[in-house]
This record gives sequence, C-alpha cells and structure tokens, in this order.
Amino acid sequence: MTVQAMMEQLDLRLLTGGDLSREVTGCYCGDLLSWVMGKAQEGDCWLTVMGNINAVAVAVLTDCACIVLTENAALDENAKARAEQQGVTILTTAESAYQIAVKLSAVIA
Amino acid sequence: MDSIKLHYDISATDFTRAGAASGDVKRTLKALGVSPATIRNVAVAMYEGEINMVIHGGGGVIDVEITEDAIRMVLADQGPGIENVELAMKEGYSTAPDNIRALGFGAGMGLPNIKKYTDEFQLDTALGVGTTLTLKVFMK
Repeated sequence: MTVQAMMEQLDLRLLTGGDLSREVTGCYCGDLLSWVMGKAQEGDCWLTVMGNINAVAVAVLTDCACIVLTENAALDENAKARAEQQGVTILTTAESAYQIAVKLSAVIA
Repeated sequence: MDSIKLHYDISATDFTRAGAASGDVKRTLKALGVSPATIRNVAVAMYEGEINMVIHGGGGVIDVEITEDAIRMVLADQGPGIENVELAMKEGYSTAPDNIRALGFGAGMGLPNIKKYTDEFQLDTALGVGTTLTLKVFMK
C-alpha cells in the first residue's frame, strides 16, 4: 500500500510531503534513535514521538517510507525544514503508536 | 574505478549538522550505483560515529575512501577516550547525559550498531588522548 493510501485509510494528516507513492512494506515503533537505526527496515512506516531534526536524519538513513508522529507529538521547525529539503514524508495523528500499528497491520498485508 | 576520498570535519556541539557527513556519503554511494544494502550499512555506521563524536568526542574528523570492493572509514576524535571498551560495546550501556537522551540518543546502541553494520571494526582509544574507529564495509 502506498503512503498516500495509508494516509487516507488511517486518517493521518500530512505535515511534510515526500514521495507519497512510495510503498509501505512494514512498520516500526520506537523513539530511541540508535535503536530505530539499527532495526527499522527500508520501506517501514516509522511510528514515533520524536519530531526533531535527528529523527529526520534517521528516516533518511534507514530509508523508511515515512514518519508518523503519534499522539500529536510536536515537529520542530528545523526538522520540518530539513524533511522538506530531503523529501521525507511526515504525517501526524492523535492516536497512539499501538492504535496506528494495529490499524496498519489490518490494511498493509 | 579509482578510489574516491572524502574528508569531513565534525563540529563538537552541533547536533543539527550531525548526519550531514553520512548523508553526503550516502548520496555519493548512490550516485556510484552501490547496492542499497551496502549504502545502509555505511550510512548507519557513519551516522552513529558522527553522533558519538558530537556527544562524547568534542568533534573530530572523518576520512572515507571508496574503492571498487569496499568503503573504508576512519573516524578520529581527540576527546576523553573510552574508559571501559567492553562496557561501551555492550548494547544498552550508555554514559550519555540526560539532555542527550532527551534528543533520542543515549540508547547505548551506538558502538554495537557500528560493529553490527561493518565487516571490519577496529577501535583504538586512550584516556585523555582520543578515540579512533577504523571501519570497513565490503561492497555487496
């Protein structure tokens, strides 16, 4: 499923737009950046509350499909600018990582 | 292919720029047509190294050499050195202060990740002198 389709089905809001036609092939939840960097896979939808510039770097390096900021976690201004510059898609939701992961697992298969 | 040499100065305190060097290497490797798996290994190892240099090492220099069969990285700082290498290599062990943890770092995964994602890993450290990592990732 594409990022665009996931955004619509899970009712996520777009903060920065990258390639919305990218396939979401998996999901990873985590806020410790090194942990995520070691474990997240290319094409994952990354669920986190970490909306800083370093999270954007991690998204680029792991080549994940997008970041979803859960529970309305804030996105720093400089992180937003960097994400736009690097083409990283960042979405936001009021729901928790657990709630989004459950929904995603039902539609991603 | 002739070898390609890249050099980066890593600033001591600037977290917003950390990742610039690894991002640049990533782009270079991509342009050279290197496989995504190899690029990821290099990018993760280098980013972790950069972050370590910012958090612990007081900045430093990174030299990257890309040859036909491998990417070699030398990351050198003149920081305080690592007191207990065995502990530093253990997943989950960290000496990062709270303000660093608040940024999402300090998971104690830096050096273990670097080792995991490289084919050759050498750590030279001396208290009061600094730390040098010499890493190699083979083209896959």
